[in-house]
Amino acid sequence: MVDLSINCAGIKSPNPFWLASAPPSNSAYQNCKAFEHGWGGTVWKTIGEPVMNVFNRYGGLDYNGQKIFGLNNIELISDRPIEVNLREIAETKKLWPDRAVVVSLMVESKRETWHEIVKRTIDTGCDGIELNYGCPHGMSERGMGAAVGQVPEYCKMITEWVKEVSTIPVIVKLTPNVSNIQLPARAAKAAGADGISLINTINSIIGINLDTFELKPNVGSLGGHGGYAGPAVKPIALHLLSQVAIDPEVNLPISGIGGISNWRDALEFILLGASSVQVCTAVMHYGFRIINDMIEGMINWMESKNISSLDQIMGKSLPRISDFGNFDLLNRTIARIDQKKCIHCNLCYIACEDAAHQCIDLTPVNGHNQTEVREKDCVGCALCSLVCPVEGCISMVRIDDGSASKTWNQLLEDFKKSGKKLTWENLAEFQHKHGIEID
Amino acid sequence: MKNIAPKLPVEEYEKNFAELHPPLTSNSAITEANRCLYCYDSPCMKACPTHIDISTFIKKISTGNLLGSAKTIYESNWVPLTCAKACPVEVLCEGACVYNLTGEKPIEIGRLQRFAIENYFSKGMPVIFHKSPVNGKSVGVIGSGPAGLACGAELSLLGYKVTIYESNKIPGGLNTWGIAPYKMRREDSLKEVEMVKSFCVEIKTGTMIGRDIKVAELLNQHDAIFLGVGLGESPPLSIPGEKLPGVIGALEFIEKVKSENWEDVHVGKRVAVIGAGNTSIDAATEAKRLGAEQVFIIYRRSDVEMPAYKFEYDLAKKDGIVFHFLTSPKRIVGKYFVEGIECLKMKLGAADNYGRRRSSPIPGSEFIIPVDMVIKAIGQETKSSFLSSIPNLTLDNEGCVVVNPKNFQTTNPRIFAGGDCINGGKEVVNAAYDGKNAAHGIDKFLSLPYGGK
Ligand SMILES: Cc1cc2nc3c(=O)[nH]c(=O)nc-3n(C[C@H](O)[C@H](O)[C@H](O)COP(=O)(O)OP(=O)(O)OC[C@H]3O[C@@H](n4cnc5c(N)ncnc54)[C@H](O)[C@@H]3O)c2cc1C
Ligand SMILES: Cc1cc2nc3c(=O)[nH]c(=O)nc-3n(C[C@H](O)[C@H](O)[C@H](O)COP(=O)(O)O)c2cc1C
Ligand code: SF4
Ligand code: SF4
Repeated sequence: MVDLSINCAGIKSPNPFWLASAPPSNSAYQNCKAFEHGWGGTVWKTIGEPVMNVFNRYGGLDYNGQKIFGLNNIELISDRPIEVNLREIAETKKLWPDRAVVVSLMVESKRETWHEIVKRTIDTGCDGIELNYGCPHGMSERGMGAAVGQVPEYCKMITEWVKEVSTIPVIVKLTPNVSNIQLPARAAKAAGADGISLINTINSIIGINLDTFELKPNVGSLGGHGGYAGPAVKPIALHLLSQVAIDPEVNLPISGIGGISNWRDALEFILLGASSVQVCTAVMHYGFRIINDMIEGMINWMESKNISSLDQIMGKSLPRISDFGNFDLLNRTIARIDQKKCIHCNLCYIACEDAAHQCIDLTPVNGHNQTEVREKDCVGCALCSLVCPVEGCISMVRIDDGSASKTWNQLLEDFKKSGKKLTWENLAEFQHKHGIEID
Repeated sequence: MKNIAPKLPVEEYEKNFAELHPPLTSNSAITEANRCLYCYDSPCMKACPTHIDISTFIKKISTGNLLGSAKTIYESNWVPLTCAKACPVEVLCEGACVYNLTGEKPIEIGRLQRFAIENYFSKGMPVIFHKSPVNGKSVGVIGSGPAGLACGAELSLLGYKVTIYESNKIPGGLNTWGIAPYKMRREDSLKEVEMVKSFCVEIKTGTMIGRDIKVAELLNQHDAIFLGVGLGESPPLSIPGEKLPGVIGALEFIEKVKSENWEDVHVGKRVAVIGAGNTSIDAATEAKRLGAEQVFIIYRRSDVEMPAYKFEYDLAKKDGIVFHFLTSPKRIVGKYFVEGIECLKMKLGAADNYGRRRSSPIPGSEFIIPVDMVIKAIGQETKSSFLSSIPNLTLDNEGCVVVNPKNFQTTNPRIFAGGDCINGGKEVVNAAYDGKNAAHGIDKFLSLPYGGK
């Protein structure tokens, strides 16, 4: 039997899927409906300072006819009065004792203000607090959100204030709009945070209207930067997650966020160290019902791999993260085309010819073109296999026997030992010795 | 006619002749365009007889560059709306789409092309081509079908003064008068004629060369001549009863249908169409859509040998056309008008030169199908009496004009030819290709020091 239940920073839920603090988790009605559909937890839409939204607030990035490949917003934190939110949080938690109810907070940077909101929040009976240090627009101009998340000292200070009064777990939600994500994560750790969540949205301008020259979204005639989310941000989120997860100075439970649309995405976050995952854009696009496939797909995958709990795979891919200097320079692959599968679209040819190493030949054979890799010239960059539309048609095949491994770091070490300098000539000699010709 | 099928309400006609393939909406066009893989040196382009750069025009639709898309299409083909609506795409571009090999639906190239071109017309045909300076030479084009139009358009852009002579009062050839109305209407063809005219091509309609103006005269007036005269009516069946009222040639019948005065086109209650080519199918389905109660296609070989495309056959079956295979007409029965057709059952024998099996009658197998109307659709005759009157022209055994396939020059060096009159009857797209390339043949020839008059 597969068990999907998780414990993230002391917050338990029957499955790892939480709503991210965002429009889908705005009210008791929505959160309760999500729980009915099977969501394991929610991070309530950020509550705190009085705000008022503009009307037009979202911009979608469509890609090749696919809607909302990315989503940008200039929405603020919850625009419902704090009393209403706190009452609804309490009611929701009472109705759904087995689900994780985390409340996202953001108030001005005053100790007393934070103490007060934290106490009132704990009184709702919720399971944890998430500190929104991420919102990159509207709130940051008022000294909150990303304005805090971008300065490790502020991050530490406010987290400390919260920890002074909190009796429940505190998760710090980070902004990706920094040059080193480890610094705010370490600050949170130093202040005693119980967990980290990331990422919040990325600074962005989603596009320009070519008829009016207005920005998207357009408010009146003005626009500005907003926060970018959705499938397009997933690779960035995965990278930032991994940076926090491998940092021994952080070493905190992590809730992963950013572009998660299905169970596959969620598993990738878990493999890089997340213990719960949060979802916003995918729900905004399709509704709460997507949870059905998320849970079922994950269970089926786990069963097929004989995995009974998520603990068994959490962080499993982290040991595979390394640096360029440790990659084997002699691990040699080349492209091989399965002629039986080829549909003769010639996309591999033009990609290799115009953008790689000109080593795919195009030969006319009974009315179509036959594409063939000149293996001796193939540098194994894999571009052709990426453009090929047919699954499994171009495979990257390893041709070395693994006996002569050498990393860049080892190579430099060897050079040093033998008194050689790093020159093109010395490099060429090394390549030549191993039958590698690059021209 | 003995029993004329009752006339239908006007809405019924419009419904019956409504488009088989409706246009794509803007959204569906973009979605479909985005499915295209943008193949390099794409098989669809190679399969198109005019070699339209299909993946490029589709890419342009996906980015919203619709004007550029239309331009890419026109660069290869001067009658792209007709082609988009009437080409047998299943056996051409769409049949070659790589998606056929992955088991997915091929890209709807025809409908995408229509989308780009209809957008171009709806924008009022903005100028996308510029004429070369006038070079002082002139070419006479005989026939305003797709071959003549393509040749005229291309030559005009190359700087020639072009006059098209057309015997019909309304130009466009079979694009206007032949293509089944549920594929396209006359006005579509006439839009393409307008496009060509906008390049300062003059079209003299109601002018039959050979009768109104002699070819010799044209050779005096012009530096070169292009023959795009197409083919003629279905040949006679050469069986008794052929002269009875109620017997009609397919082309004459279809031309009446294409006039779109539905009510004025009489069809019998029961109609026999002789032959099973694409034109036979058109005639049969059109008769049925005009209100005929039963329509029979009579063909002396079997469905395997039938020249009609599979999708045309499927359409006929959907329309409830009854096929009598291995059946040959022996005599049309009737005293004052058609009352029936007497047929013989046939059996198949060895293959002929084209690999089609010959059929021979089974003695004593005669039977009569009672019909009120007989449509002859056993192919089209060449314009042999006109063509053979032209000096130094060579015709092959089938009566087609012999040309050099590279430049479409006939054995009379100043006369070029293309379309149905050289290939014995193919598709619009072949005529479009011939006409355009003949224009380049003419241009090369007239640029030679000894070319022209
Ligand atoms: C019933 C029918 C349906 C068809 N349906 C399709 C279809 O769905 N799709 C497809 O791709 N193809 C179809 N075809 C084939 C297609 O119409 C032809 O291949 C194409 O039109 C040939 O073009 P053309 O320019 O050579 O000749 P035509 O289109 O026949 O044009 C020849 C022109 O020359 C004129 N002309 C002839 N003699 C003279 C003269 N002496 N002086 C002046 N003018 C003259 C004629 O009046 C005519 O306008 C169909 C054909 C028929 C008969
Ligand atoms: C419209 C919108 C509003 C959001 N509001 C908040 C918010 O109030 N508090 C917060 O912490 N994050 C907020 N976010 C960020 C999301 O919680 C989440 O971190 C981000 O959208 C990435 O996840 P996704 O790719 O699944 O959407 C918002 C996101 C969107 C799209
Ligand atoms: S990209 Fe793939 S399918 Fe296309 S030609 Fe190359 S190998 Fe064949
Ligand atoms: S073959 Fe199909 S997928 Fe490739 S370019 Fe042509 S239409 Fe597009």
